[in-house]
Amino acid sequence: MEELKLALKVDDKDNVATIFAEQITDGTCVEVRDKRGSSEIIPVIGDVPYGHKIALVDIPKGGAIMKYGESIGAASRGIRKGEYVHVHNMEAMRGRGDL
Amino acid sequence: MGICKEEKTVGYTFQGYKRPDGRYGSRNLVAVIPSVICANDVAQAICRQVQGTIGYFHHQGCCQLPLDLHRVTDVLINLGKSPNVAAALIVSLGCEGTDHERMLAELRATGKPVEIIRIQELGGTSRAIQAGIDAAQSLVLQVSGLQREEADISNVVMAIKCGASDTTSGMASNCVIGYVADKLVDLGATVVFGETTEFLGGEHILANRAVGGPDGPVGKKIFEIVDRMERRAKSIGEDMRGGQPTPGNIAGGLSSIEEKSLGAIVKSGHRPIQGVLEYTEAVTDQKGLWIKDAPGREPEILTGMAATGAQFMMFSTGRGAPQGFPSMPVIKVCGNPNTYARMSHDMDLNAGTIITGEKTIEQVGEEAFALLLKVLSGQMTKNEALSYFGSMDIFCLGPVI
Repeated sequence: MEELKLALKVDDKDNVATIFAEQITDGTCVEVRDKRGSSEIIPVIGDVPYGHKIALVDIPKGGAIMKYGESIGAASRGIRKGEYVHVHNMEAMRGRGDL
Repeated sequence: MGICKEEKTVGYTFQGYKRPDGRYGSRNLVAVIPSVICANDVAQAICRQVQGTIGYFHHQGCCQLPLDLHRVTDVLINLGKSPNVAAALIVSLGCEGTDHERMLAELRATGKPVEIIRIQELGGTSRAIQAGIDAAQSLVLQVSGLQREEADISNVVMAIKCGASDTTSGMASNCVIGYVADKLVDLGATVVFGETTEFLGGEHILANRAVGGPDGPVGKKIFEIVDRMERRAKSIGEDMRGGQPTPGNIAGGLSSIEEKSLGAIVKSGHRPIQGVLEYTEAVTDQKGLWIKDAPGREPEILTGMAATGAQFMMFSTGRGAPQGFPSMPVIKVCGNPNTYARMSHDMDLNAGTIITGEKTIEQVGEEAFALLLKVLSGQMTKNEALSYFGSMDIFCLGPVI
């Protein structure tokens, strides 16, 4: 059996999931599970380190990045489903000193 | 709310010690309370000799500003009032800055057996130790025969905290505790969380969850306690908000200060925040989810939570925090499966099964709930069985003089 490549979605409102697997490279399929265990297979766009996030849907530029059911920032450019989400394509909206 | 009503008819209960004020304790301890650091050695000697006692060996109580001395007195009183404490022995030096006579009066007013010894008056260390052992023995004999009674789950006050966190904490163990917090609130119990430092970047989210919204008194108070803490850091030239998340956080996958803060806040669940308790305050008849303005460091927040009257704490960790508190069982929920395997004698529950994909947050949440009922009814936590609960301290605001 192929080893499980797990990504966790902690809240129903979330549009990102966190990867809990090593060697996730461009094109790897991961299994996204929610808190009840429902799952969806998503191919990853980009190389994603352990503990980092991927998008679960297409997110337009300026759209909220949702994790824990809350906004953790905004997309600084359009993000595709499966794409690696981090400081290169999202920005914090709090604690920056310039907003 | 259908599910909650259904669960209520199931009737969750635990076996607790009913105190004169009507609250139920999960433990039946005789607390030896030094009124000042200078009484610690005598208090320790008493605790070593008398079974059934625990000591609050803090480092405060003299050469502090009046505000802090009042604070220390209030915390020691509320520790003694905790339902896990059946009786108390105050160990006073005689010249300390805390108000040991107010401690005695307020603790006696609870109806619990309370005694005091005064080291200077008794003629020094050896005589005080002898008098203290006799007094503590008498208290243990008075209360050790008390029996547990069935108590409804709504009598529970749960404290929550995370420490020695890692990448797994925000995704596994904190989510489990959030699940338990929501369930307890729905069952009519009280849940208290703190760690004001960790609200930075997430205070607007907490304020939105406050009863009355962000502009109501509770929402405003949440902004106020965060601001108060930041100003204390600024008064010694430090900016707590700058540089968050840290380069290490970013390398670990955290993309914003909001994400970092939410990873900690998620352990409070999703219910409305009813109000903010000051560090020294105890829960009387408050129900639902409450914030206590306490720092994150273990000795100080655990003391604050025990003074709240919490019968136990649920503690999330990733790297493996082993410590507990003298009079409050601490259940360790470990989000990291490797840490759990390495430190299984310190970690009470393995939430690492969530990130290995073996179990869901809800499944481990139910395991945590089943475990807390056992601990409330007397089952020891791993830190209790190992007596890893000696360190504690009281969070003070001003300088030592």
